Amino acid sequence: MSTEPRDSWSSELFDLLVGAGITLFPYVPDAGNKRLIELAAAHNESRPVLLSSEEEGVAICAGADLVGQRGVLCMQSSGLGNCTNFLSFVKGGGFPILMLVTMRGDYGEGNPWQYPMGQAVEPILHTMGVLTYRVETKEDLLPAAEAAITSSGNGRQAAALILSQRFLGAKAF
Amino acid sequence: MTRPAPVLDRRNVLSRLFPSTDDMLFISGLAGPARDAAQLLDDGDNLFTMAGTMGAAVPMGLGVALAAPERQVAVINGDGELLMKIGSLATVATMAPENLSIVCLDNGCHGETGGQTGHTSHRTDLAKMAEGAGIASVMVLETEDQMDAAAKFLVDAPGPRFLQVRVTDGPPHPYKRNFDPAYCRTKFRDAFLGRR
Repeated sequence: MSTEPRDSWSSELFDLLVGAGITLFPYVPDAGNKRLIELAAAHNESRPVLLSSEEEGVAICAGADLVGQRGVLCMQSSGLGNCTNFLSFVKGGGFPILMLVTMRGDYGEGNPWQYPMGQAVEPILHTMGVLTYRVETKEDLLPAAEAAITSSGNGRQAAALILSQRFLGAKAF
Repeated sequence: MTRPAPVLDRRNVLSRLFPSTDDMLFISGLAGPARDAAQLLDDGDNLFTMAGTMGAAVPMGLGVALAAPERQVAVINGDGELLMKIGSLATVATMAPENLSIVCLDNGCHGETGGQTGHTSHRTDLAKMAEGAGIASVMVLETEDQMDAAAKFLVDAPGPRFLQVRVTDGPPHPYKRNFDPAYCRTKFRDAFLGRR
């Protein structure tokens, strides 16, 4: 089973997230978050939440924050576009939303449909007041994840961990 | 399908549905439902209202219900905002939190923006959509004589529960609630965490 590189970094990232007290994993399925969500389903202190659309996850994490719990919204970059209005919770409300964005429309992308949204991810996040932590190499992952978790850990600040296609590997077409 | 014209006045509904509110947590959407919920609870510490993020009330209530499983959670929203993110009913159905109730004040129009007609005044049936999503318990409240049964439904029916309340297009309570989302977050959060 655990022969793919994705299995080992997913496991390290999951351990870091759960260790930080993150219990809810709202997600729209993506190849990049597949293993992470399997780990969340298997662990007895964490819970994946299958979404019909990504912005639900922003509101779910905001709701969990109201009662002192933390979540991480896991989605492909295309789904970030669906989240924009709900990211009003961040600048307006100081909700510490944490996101894991697995990129398309990025390094090595072969599907032209993915480029418009992929290239808009970081500008949208910055416009809506979300800090971004981009992962290009294996060595970047845990420090960037830790920085994202820490910056969004005490309210007021939201953060997105962005796993680039250089890190994930581009899908073949 | 033709349905009878709505007869219930929205301003008389929530206080009948929730005779006791102290132990519950409330999330409301925006506009009229937020005003009515704020009137019910005097904009209290166990209510978070929105004035934007249309469609966020159901998933926010789901987040509260999943993260505070020992508390009963009620979402108060309207037909327009519910339809905007109707897929969230499927998300609720799949997670199946027993402690979540969704009350939709369905006035069939967009009251906040001038009363323009909405889909539920045409052919759309919210209760069927909730049933189709897989919500465990679904009820429609449209007449005064169903009120006690609806209040009982919100307590006794297996959760998650969806109650569609068909109301006239009359105004909500004129309650002026706090519009600062950061203040509202802190107020709700501190009250909840302090109480535990």
